[in-house]
Amino acid sequence: MPLTGEATAVLVEILFYLFATLLVAGALGVITARNPVYSALFLVFAFINSAGIWLLAEAEFLAIVLVLVYVGAVMVLFLFVVMMLDINLAELRRGFTRFAWLGWLTALALIAEITTVVWTRGMAGVDLSKGFVPEPAGFSNTRALGQVIYTRYAYPFELAAVLLVVAIVAAIALTLRRRPGLKSQDISLQVAVRAEDRVRLVKVATEKRS
Amino acid sequence: MITVADMLTLSGVLFALAVAGIFLNRKNIILLLMCVELLLLSANFNFIAFSRMLGDLTGQVFVFFVLTVAAAESAIGLAILVVLFRERRSINVEDLNTLKG
Repeated sequence: MPLTGEATAVLVEILFYLFATLLVAGALGVITARNPVYSALFLVFAFINSAGIWLLAEAEFLAIVLVLVYVGAVMVLFLFVVMMLDINLAELRRGFTRFAWLGWLTALALIAEITTVVWTRGMAGVDLSKGFVPEPAGFSNTRALGQVIYTRYAYPFELAAVLLVVAIVAAIALTLRRRPGLKSQDISLQVAVRAEDRVRLVKVATEKRS
Repeated sequence: MITVADMLTLSGVLFALAVAGIFLNRKNIILLLMCVELLLLSANFNFIAFSRMLGDLTGQVFVFFVLTVAAAESAIGLAILVVLFRERRSINVEDLNTLKG
């Protein structure tokens, strides 16, 4: 459905500010939560709100990919690792406030600089206060993106696939561990076994009945 | 109507918060990885904003690749983290002093 009309524009704006507020709150939660599990869950919350904003900006495919890949896979991996490791939280939290002022100062400086540039200076020849032009009715973001990815960017797309394979191999090779003395099955050895190796026929001399 | 300036400001705030998070949680590698994810997310906001403003899909294709690289990065990062924890029983950055850097 195209985002046109006066009422829709106002609704989109309200939803944008709602999602943006929740996103910033989620990001604050990520960096200040006491427990890494809470941080991971706050990050999930931030990703879902980002997906909402991307939907409003009519980048539907990327919004769905963000939810599927990030919330569905990457954050589950994070949660899995956080819960698997037995972390000494007190040790990690020690000195939390030592450089906190520097962090907040840097953040405030960055926000001030970026808002100044965006809202007062602007960019040469680019009107930043322009709203996004709504896509025409019947426009499919996924179809358009697919048409670009599989033609112009087919080679980088394949490189991305290779990168993912490398990541899989690296992750498995890093965490694979062979423990000696572990009782495990070796299927090929089991299949290759012959009767002569296992069964030994022994001729036992009969004893006389006494 | 969402404007480019709105998106850029939001992305800037998100980026600043992630940088602050790196300062705050400088001992915890898991939190550092999460802050890197936030940084990449804020960069993606910029790509989408400019892609929509210019009506050019290249920006969204790039976001797609950034998501791929970020997924690979977090998978390998967490694998290294697991190996590190097995070796040292700790994920404190200060315990990683083998190279005396």
